[in-house]
Amino acid sequence: MPGAAPVKAVVMGASWGGLNAYSSVLASLPEGFPAAIMLVQHQNASTENRLAWLLARYSRLPVVAPEDKERIRPGHVYVAPPGYHMLVDVDETIALSMYRAVHFSRPSIDELFFSAGHVYGKGVIGVILTGANEDGSEGLDYIRRRGGLTLAQSPQSSEAPAMPEAAITKGSVREVLDLERIGPYLAEFLIGLRDEKTEHPGRR
Amino acid sequence: MEPQPAISDEQVQVEDIEIRLLLEAIYQLYGYDFRSYSPASMRRRIMHRLTMSGFSTVLEMTDRVLRDRQFFVVLLNDLTVNVTEMFRDPEFYKAFREEVVPVLKTFPFIKIWHAGCSTGEEIYSMAILLEEEGLYERAMLYATDIDKNVLAAAKKGIYPIHAFKQYTDNYRRAGGRQSLSDYATARYDSVIMEQRLKRNIVFADHDLATDQVFGEMHVILCRNVLIYFDRPLQQRVFKLFGESLDMGGFLCLGTKESLRFSGNEESFDVVNRPLRIFRKRQMRPNA
Ligand SMILES: C[S@@+](CC[C@H](N)C(=O)[O-])C[C@H]1O[C@@H](n2cnc3c(N)ncnc32)[C@H](O)[C@@H]1O
Repeated sequence: MPGAAPVKAVVMGASWGGLNAYSSVLASLPEGFPAAIMLVQHQNASTENRLAWLLARYSRLPVVAPEDKERIRPGHVYVAPPGYHMLVDVDETIALSMYRAVHFSRPSIDELFFSAGHVYGKGVIGVILTGANEDGSEGLDYIRRRGGLTLAQSPQSSEAPAMPEAAITKGSVREVLDLERIGPYLAEFLIGLRDEKTEHPGRR
Repeated sequence: MEPQPAISDEQVQVEDIEIRLLLEAIYQLYGYDFRSYSPASMRRRIMHRLTMSGFSTVLEMTDRVLRDRQFFVVLLNDLTVNVTEMFRDPEFYKAFREEVVPVLKTFPFIKIWHAGCSTGEEIYSMAILLEEEGLYERAMLYATDIDKNVLAAAKKGIYPIHAFKQYTDNYRRAGGRQSLSDYATARYDSVIMEQRLKRNIVFADHDLATDQVFGEMHVILCRNVLIYFDRPLQQRVFKLFGESLDMGGFLCLGTKESLRFSGNEESFDVVNRPLRIFRKRQMRPNA
């Protein structure tokens, strides 16, 4: 895709079955992955961010339990803390918020996706994974309308198909992929783009 | 359903300008200054209100804000984010008992400032903790917030009974020594905090963005307020806290808030990093 804006972030959302899905996606991303990864998993409030610990075991990329105002860096994985919405702020830092739950969830996928679509425009990829409610489909549609690429885990490869189905029905999704294809797809898409740029410096 | 059309960078930029105009209007007419709040978080809350109230543009909503004080009160409630609970992050209160209280016991008089106290659950939690540690008698609690509506609720100290189950659980995990129901009376579907817990609490409105130092505190709790501010405003507030704290006084932040970006980290020692308890350095004679 020559001339495309560089992808700065991949934002992902899941609820039921999310731990499995995330460990599978992260396990297939190579070191030096050129974009930041931000993910939301529906869970109960707690002071600790245990999911970040768990996912670190599957990921070659550093996994971060972010603080408020932390700078978003490429090749890092940011896990939304339980009890807080995680947003992308205009200066590409993390903004945490305790605003009301969306679809009964804090963190909510929509909150992350809307803010990422706002700040990154074409430079973001949104991914909806397995889950049991409709959180994320509005936000994913916003990413689509802003020109970002949108993906969903195929309902048949999802432990809970409701979330990807809701996004697909809404017409927000550009590519539907089986779980084991998502990581490799992201790696090819992003690293492919990067190679093209370095091979033809100065070309549009 | 027709797919919704694309949204260009220009459209987003226009919306950002409209948001800035709205915040300017609020500041000029009502005196609340949200202009240095985290833009991402502000935008989400404004857009939420826009959708809920059925406006098609922020400009249209601004027009309403300028003409209708009732509507502004509704919007204000969205902008301030008042979510709170009793003994939120029980581990924090436990650490406070274990690591801060022993120091406070050596003071003849204790002044504690709750900045951004919301509807008061945090203050009553602290009052209970101090009572159980035998410190309440010599303590003064200053409870402040920008939002007069939540302060009024804090003064009343009446909470829905359904929330109390969670609070009871928090209280136990926070190291509570009695039963939370010893400190409140149930009436219909509400719970009323005991009058005696209020005797050393002062409520006042105070805006961290524009108001001044609140002098000589031994402890400042400002939990889950700074996340709504942008970095420059955070820095202003950290400076204010530095000046309002006594030497050796404690600063307690929300568990996701950091001194790292405050530009003032070196004035504080870490007491408990994961639970965000810091202590203002004692002045050392020049070496
Ligand atoms: C999420 S609540 C935190 C309540 C409590 N400290 C806790 O941690 O549970 C945030 C509070 O900060 C208040 N606030 C927002 N901006 C403020 C300002 N500029 N000055 C003082 N309080 C402010 C809001 O009105 C709200 O009550």
